Parts: sequence; structure tokens; C-alpha cells
Amino acid sequence: MSKNINRRDFLKTAGAGLVGAGAASLTGCSSSGNKDGDKGPGQMEVRTAPDGGKVSLLGYGCMRWPMVKGPDGKDVIDQEAVNEMVDYAYSHGVNYYDTSPAYLQGQSEAAAGEALSRYPRNSYYIATKMSNFNVWTAEASLKIYRDSMEQLRTDYFDYYLLHAIGSGGVKAFEERYVDNGMMDFMLKEREAGWDFVQIEMNYMDWQHAKVPRNVNADYLYEELDKREIPVTVMEPLLGGRLASLPENLAAMLKEREPEMSVASWAFRFAGSYPRVLTVLSGMSSMDPLIENVETYSHFKPLTDKEIELLKEIAGLMSDYPVVGCTDCKYCMPCPYGIDIPGIFKHYNTCVNEGTIAQSREQEEFRRLKRAYLVGYDRAVETVRQADHCIGCGQCEPHCPQSIQIPHELHRIATYIEKLRRETL
Amino acid sequence: MLRKIRIVLAAVAFVLCTLLFLDFSGFMTHWAGWMAKIQFLPAVLALNFGVVIVLLLLTLLFGRLYCSVICPLGVFQDGISWLSGRRKGKSARFRKSGEKKWLRYGLLVVFIIALVAGVNVIASLLAPYSSYGRIVQNIFAPVWDWGNNLGALISEKAGGYGFAHKEVWIRSLPTFIIAAATLVLIFVLAWKNGRTYCNTICPVGTVLSFFSRFAIFRPVIDSSKCKDCHLCEHKCKASCIDIENHSVDYSRCVDCFDCIDSCKFGAMHYKPVWKCGSKKASPDGGNDAGRRAFLVSGVIAATGLAVKAQEKKVDGGYAAVTGKKAPERTQPLVPAGAVSLKHFHQHCTACQLCVSQCPNDVLRPSSSLERLMQPEMSYEKGWCRPECTKCSEVCPAGAILEITPEEKTAIHVGTASVDYDLCVVNRDGVSCGNCARHCPAGAISMVHKDPEDKDSLRIPTVMEDRCIGCGACEYLCPSRPYSAIHVNGRIEHIDNR
Repeated sequence: MSKNINRRDFLKTAGAGLVGAGAASLTGCSSSGNKDGDKGPGQMEVRTAPDGGKVSLLGYGCMRWPMVKGPDGKDVIDQEAVNEMVDYAYSHGVNYYDTSPAYLQGQSEAAAGEALSRYPRNSYYIATKMSNFNVWTAEASLKIYRDSMEQLRTDYFDYYLLHAIGSGGVKAFEERYVDNGMMDFMLKEREAGWDFVQIEMNYMDWQHAKVPRNVNADYLYEELDKREIPVTVMEPLLGGRLASLPENLAAMLKEREPEMSVASWAFRFAGSYPRVLTVLSGMSSMDPLIENVETYSHFKPLTDKEIELLKEIAGLMSDYPVVGCTDCKYCMPCPYGIDIPGIFKHYNTCVNEGTIAQSREQEEFRRLKRAYLVGYDRAVETVRQADHCIGCGQCEPHCPQSIQIPHELHRIATYIEKLRRETL
Repeated sequence: MLRKIRIVLAAVAFVLCTLLFLDFSGFMTHWAGWMAKIQFLPAVLALNFGVVIVLLLLTLLFGRLYCSVICPLGVFQDGISWLSGRRKGKSARFRKSGEKKWLRYGLLVVFIIALVAGVNVIASLLAPYSSYGRIVQNIFAPVWDWGNNLGALISEKAGGYGFAHKEVWIRSLPTFIIAAATLVLIFVLAWKNGRTYCNTICPVGTVLSFFSRFAIFRPVIDSSKCKDCHLCEHKCKASCIDIENHSVDYSRCVDCFDCIDSCKFGAMHYKPVWKCGSKKASPDGGNDAGRRAFLVSGVIAATGLAVKAQEKKVDGGYAAVTGKKAPERTQPLVPAGAVSLKHFHQHCTACQLCVSQCPNDVLRPSSSLERLMQPEMSYEKGWCRPECTKCSEVCPAGAILEITPEEKTAIHVGTASVDYDLCVVNRDGVSCGNCARHCPAGAISMVHKDPEDKDSLRIPTVMEDRCIGCGACEYLCPSRPYSAIHVNGRIEHIDNR
């Protein structure tokens, strides 16, 4: 199942004009969902934007596409796979594509541009971002803006976002967007359109967001709803964590709906709020794509009772020692070569599957130890493992989830050391 | 019948001994570790008198059974010789030859002088068990490990943990070359002439021959029944039967009993000396052999490091990680249990059993001339972990004495020293302390770079008296390819037990 979802750059204080600047004619899309699984064709759920544009409830997040090794040993996007997935998404009514100049080592926009340019420009919406993280002079920022147009093979954006405005506080915000004149520039670029805000929203973040840098999604949503500002949702699956819940929690959902996947609950949750315009999912392969299209083509909003169940599960989830990593890779590359998301992912998987050894007195200790260590070596090269983290902390400001990365890596390294020495 | 028993026993011993080097799960060393300890030369070096006396008595009683059953190199040669016979379509392909006395005794003298003088390179070049260990570790183990890795690939796909990936790497190029050359030499000799090596080069064979001459049980030719057909002579892979004189050279006979089985007239018997009148063989013929020298020291090419700050911050990808290079150590590092460099050097037969068993890829044969092929430690691929005492458990020669993990924590095999120019705190201006964080002995303190400035970054400093030399600091140091902290060996290990 896809663990793959999108991003977060969300507005901390309501009203601080987060922005999508639309341009040009937004025609209704060809939301002709056809040929779906066993339940018949179905129809992609569509939400209406303030300007009347019809946006598919499922949006495509372009940051988790598959990478392959290029001839020079570097990672390149598997364009063939991307085209295939975009074709499927497009023909099933998905008309919102969210990318950024920073995604996938900087290759996401070009790949999206190549895949989407095969269709009429007015039949889909493009959202991209001002990802001026390192240098934010007017020239550099403008270059990022113009480069995005070129990469995406377009002369206008439908939605444009100020990327990750939460990190760095108001000071960074003013430096990146106000003082250099970018805000004025973009307001001019935006001819017709409406504001919207992209927030991280799922049943975990609803009331259990990681403070201090994250804000509970219920608050954000209500503030936006009050102001009638459309919401685009990122991380509906919390980086895939809501697709693979700890076993007993997953069972609670399966008991209610034996045939529905655990992930589909998270999508239904995000889609159940009417102010949500589209839900972005970073689908990295065909299988999650087909499943998500299916979920939103026979969309059934959650009942109040079902929402209560998810809230209960979120409460239980927050007690698990998992690291809240969504595998967004904003922290990467670590200058010392550590595979940060890889380490967290292996640890979280073992926590969720209940295969974390607790004590050497435990009956299955030897088996669990071996499974953890062998699996660890398979998942992460030895020289990129947690014990090599020097704690320089350069990754930490990049983490949208406010994870204390070095602290968590050292915690995991200590656990592994105890596992190896059998002193747990 | 005797021959069949010999073949079965030899096959079992051979398989056990080979698996001892190949299997890295710890199963074989646990159940068959004694196979290494009953080998002649390791037992001598370990001053394991019990084993030595039993082996000598065995030889005095039954002849060189050691050579045909216990010695893995001997059995290995029998295998090659048998294959050769099958290939050539005739198993009776040997010719009588004399004893190459000058070569045999010359080499034995050289061997003993080398041992006494502490030139173990020569001794371990000649010793049969060491040679076999080297061949298995260097030539066969990679094949075995690749098989394991195939299993790991399959078990990974199947989601199991039965097999874990194991890196295959050449630990020392000179040792690899020597092992390969030995294999070629042994193969050629055995393919052509059977047990030439055992009777002209092998010092253990020569030592045992002094006793086997007087062996109580021995194969003898009954002249009254012998039809002088020479079949036994041609079957004798030790080339020690002289049909003309109806005599057997017991100094070279390895008691394979092929002659007894092959005789169609029942003229060959294995019986006690008092039931026969013995004669001696006349020496002549024999075979060559010489060993190989080499040079070369391998360096693995390293790729460039340095990830430049990107103009545009993009997400994902990995920074390149350069492989580590071994630093120059003032003294070599040998494992806890080795007592001192001298003790280790005197006892080690360079059989590579510890190298093949080291789960942390710390041990590798030395490439330096005076300690050639004897293992030493280096921390590019791992460090000498506190819970592991594998090498001390398996060492058959007493070079690494057995210790417990608890004892290991109190044995100082080396001392770390810091190179402040390489330390990333100075070089990159970041805070680090990874060496201190992982030091199991608490021997590294992080102190202010500038003692006056309490806000300055901290750099590591080693409390020499606490350092045990395990290498956690060196392995986990972010400085590459050369670590900013490295361990120098101690000449005498300090044991605070």
C-alpha cells in the first residue's frame, strides 16, 4: 500500500495570506472516471473552487515518484513509470498535480512537465512552490519562479504556494517573501484567483500534531472554514504511517470494514470535510494510485461514528514510540551520509509490527534481535546507519515534523547497541 | 575394508575441517572446533602436549594415519589425485620413487630454525594446516559467501531472516596470492604424483615420518604370495612401495591402504611388526617444489568526498560516503587474548581460522613482511565489539588465549590517539563527539576547544589509562578516508582482570 503522500507547508497563523495565485481560464476538467474495479466505473469526487473550477478530490503529489539509477550512477526519475501513472490518474479524473522545485532531488517539475504536457494545458491544474530555502535574493527567487515555468512547460500556474512558511518564523518569512519584493511580484502575477491554504491534515494531526512547530489540523481547518478559504490537504496518510498502523489498531478498522484497506480510512477522513478542495497523495506506483482513485470514485464520507473511531485510534497511536517521520526527505542529503528516513522507517515498521525486542529475558529475544539487525542492514547501508550520526544538527531545521533528528537517531543507536550486546 | 574405513573417516574429518572455516554462524566452531585443535602444528605451538603425545603415539602405533585422515590438506590431495585418476582413466598411475632426503630434511631444518628464530612467515608457508586454512579462507570462502548472499537475496524477497548478507572482500592481497599459489602448487603436485607434497615439503609429514618408520602396525608384502605384478606400486600415491625388493618405505607411507585393497593375490597385509621381517626402501626420485615470493600491497581506490553546498536546496539523495583507509599504526593491533605481540607472533600459524570467523570484519592477514599472513586488527569495516570473543574461542594454536566478554572489557590491546587536523569539529566547524558517544570504556572526554571560551565547540581527548583499543571511536569517526582518531597497538597487552 502506498505510504506515499505529500508534504506540508502550512499556515501557522490564520489569515496570513497563504497563497495560490491562479491565472487564466480554469475549465472544468474531464472528470470522466471510468473503468474502475469491481464496483463499476464510479465517478471521481469533485469539489468546486470559489471561481467555479472543478477540482478532483484526489490530487497527485509529485514528490514520491520512483527513482532509478541513471547511467552515471545518479538517481533519476523513472519517467516511463511516471507517464503511465499520470495517464491512469488523468483518465480517471485526477486533475490537480502538486510539485515543487525541491522535490525528488530537483527533478520532480521536469518529470511532471513531461508527463502533463501531453494533455491540453487547460484540462488540469498545476500547483508548484516558491522553494527559496537557501538563497532568497530577488534574482534567485525570480529564477526559481521562471525555471518552474520552463520545467513544467507552461506559462502560468494555477496554484502557487509559499513553500514551508512555518520554518524560521516570521523573520524568515519576511526575508524570504516580503523584503525581497517577491510578495508584490506574485500579487501582480496573480490576476484572477482566490487564496487557498495547504495544510497537513489527517486523523493523527487533527488533534495530535507534534507541537510546538505543528498546529493541530482541527484548529487550522476551522479557521479556514470560517473564512471560506479552500483547503488543500497534504500528508493525508502521514507519510504512509496511516497505511500501516500497529497491528491491534489496524484490527479495529478491519473489524468495522473488513474489505477496506487501512489507508482508505485516512483518505475518507480527509475527504469528509467539505472545505477540502483536493487531497494530495504522493503515489509512487500504480497500486496505491488505483486504490485511491477507487476510494474517491465511490466516495463515502465518514459517519460521525466512524470519525469518533479514528480519533480514538489517533489517541492510541500517539502512545507508540514511533518517530513521526513521513519520509519526506527534506532533511536529506545529510552531509555525513546518514540515511535518516531509512533508519526511522525500519524502526517504525518494527514498532508497528510489534517486533521490537523489549528485554533479553523475552522468549523470542534471539529471533527478534536477528530480525531487527538483519533487516536493518538490508534497509540501510552500514555506513549510513544511526551510529554514524555525529549530532551536528544540520538536518533539524529542515524537518517539517519538528523531529529532533539527532536525538532520535541516538536513541535508536543506543537501542541497537543494547540489542547487540544483549543488555536490554 | 581398512581402506573404506579410512575413506569414510577422512571424508568426515575433511568436511568438518573445511566447514569450520566456511561456516560463520558459529555452529561449526561450537561443534567441530576441536578439529582445529587436534592439528599437529597448532597443538605444538599451543603447547598442547596431550594432543601432541596422542598424535605421536598414534603414529608410532599405526603409522601416518594423521596424514591420511586428520590432515585436511592431505585428504584434499587425495581428492585431487582421485579426480585425476578418474580423468585419466587409470587409477594405477604412480611410479615408485625414492625419498628426496635433502629436500625433505632440509626443509624441516629450515622450518624448525624459522620457528625458533621467530620467522613465522616461513613456518606458516610450509605448515599444512595453515596452508589449507588459507586456501579455504581466501579461495573457497568467497564462493561459499556468494552462495550465502544468494540465499540472503532469496530470503529477503521472501521476507525471512534465515540468511544475512555478508560482504566478500580480499583482506590482504599478498595472502590471497600466496593462498592461490599454494592451491595451484598443491593441485599440480597431487594431480600428477599424489602425495609428493606430504613426503617432500610438509614438515609435519617429515616429523611424523621419524615415528612412522617404527610404526607397530604397517602394510607388509608377503613375498611368498606376491606375483611381482607391480599393481600396488602403481596404486601407491606416496610412491613408497618397492616391489623389486618387496619393501615399503614406512617413512613415507601414509596408511591409505590402497595397496591392500588392490592386491589380487592377498599378498598385502596390515599387521604388527613382530609378525613380519621388515626391509627398507631405497631412496631415489622425488619431486620439486618451491614457494613463491610476491610483492604488492593492495590499495582500494577511494572515491572523492565532499558534498558541496548546493546552490539550490533540493530534497533527498545521499551524500557520497568514502570508504575508510587503514591508518599507519605505530604497533600492530592483535586481539584481546593475544597477551603480547611476541606471544602472538610466536604461536600463530597463520591458519586464518580467526579471520574467517570474525563477525565484525576486523581481522585480516597482515601484509607486512615480518608478520606476513598473521592476522591483525584494523577498523575500517567495523570495530572489535565487546560482546564478541570469537577469535579467542577458535584459535587452535594458543596465539589468542580464550577469554570471556567480561574479561575482554578489562584488556587493553591498544590506545587511541586523536589527529586534531582531521577532526570534523576543527575541519567542518560542527559539533560531533561521536567517538566519545560510542566509547564503551568511557575513555574519551569532550573538552572545550578553547578552555577560556565556554561556548566553544568541544573536541575529544583520550584518557589513555581507560582506553582498551576496541576501535569504536576509529570506526565511527566521521572523518574519511582517514579517521581523526585511530588506535595504535600495544606491545604488551595490559590485563586488568
